[in-house]
Amino acid sequence: MFATTVSSGVIVLVGAVFLACAVEMVEALTIVFAVGHTRGWRSAFEGVIAAIVALVALVAAFGPALIHVPLSTLRLIVGGVLLIFGMQWLRKAVLRSSGLKAKHDEDAIYEETVAELRASGQTIGRDRVAFVMAFKGVFLEGLEVVITVLTLGTSAHRLGLAATTAGIALVLVAVMGAIVSKQLSSVPENAMKMSVGILLVSYGTFWVGEGLKVTWPGNDGFLAFFVAMYTLVTWGLVGLAKSGTPKTKVEAHA
Amino acid sequence: MSEKKPLPVRLLKGFAMFWWDFLVGDTPELFVSSLVIIGVIAGLRGAGDNTAAVIALPVLAVCALAISLKRAVNAAKKK
Repeated sequence: MFATTVSSGVIVLVGAVFLACAVEMVEALTIVFAVGHTRGWRSAFEGVIAAIVALVALVAAFGPALIHVPLSTLRLIVGGVLLIFGMQWLRKAVLRSSGLKAKHDEDAIYEETVAELRASGQTIGRDRVAFVMAFKGVFLEGLEVVITVLTLGTSAHRLGLAATTAGIALVLVAVMGAIVSKQLSSVPENAMKMSVGILLVSYGTFWVGEGLKVTWPGNDGFLAFFVAMYTLVTWGLVGLAKSGTPKTKVEAHA
Repeated sequence: MSEKKPLPVRLLKGFAMFWWDFLVGDTPELFVSSLVIIGVIAGLRGAGDNTAAVIALPVLAVCALAISLKRAVNAAKKK
């Protein structure tokens, strides 16, 4: 029983962190490839390094403080954030699956970024535009990775496992990107985002309850019930959205 | 021409804007719903009703998601 409850919590944690980090990495990689191919790799890499340094500084500044927050308060705040964040992801994924929202297209984003970079003209010496573009892309996507790892890791008391899982996901996507030497447009992003949404909402529901001293039947094992329940609900909502969908699409944005 | 604000002010504003976009963005109903859910569950726990809290929390989350999706579908129909 103990092994079952521990493993279900760990599986949900690893799954959520891995998928969320992989998706964010794919998006960051698309921007870096667009900058590198269009304006040269030096400025792109400088932007990436600067963003990583800024993210590490943020983690060093705020990470240790999180450990000192009382666990029930931390779980309530984290649960609330994950509930909102998870529902946002799930909402977008359902809208995309039902055809109400254009799917996230890495090829289109790549082309759009390349056009934007070309329009800004070439510069002599240090390429500020390329640096800023690569920095912003990596920093903003990286910030979501940092928030996911810190919130999920600290609340579950498994920060090491969350950080390791994130590291594996980031390296795996980076290696895949380096091998194919282009943006990873064939990654099933919507399915991944839907899975992340389900896992985040499950964790969010669970931790909001824990933070408010709700006693879940089966303790951590109840997480598995939430994952199953939200999967069924998502499936139902996609069906409902499809049945009431006119043949038009709402605006597409990431 | 507007005067450029000092770096700490710009950083603070950027940080606040990030969290606003992150938590509220284009779905304020989900943000408000989450606060309502927390309030309701805190009330139920305060009244000592754990069973009602166990049932109400996921049910309210599903309702919030369904309402937000309904809004999006209606918005799409209007276009």
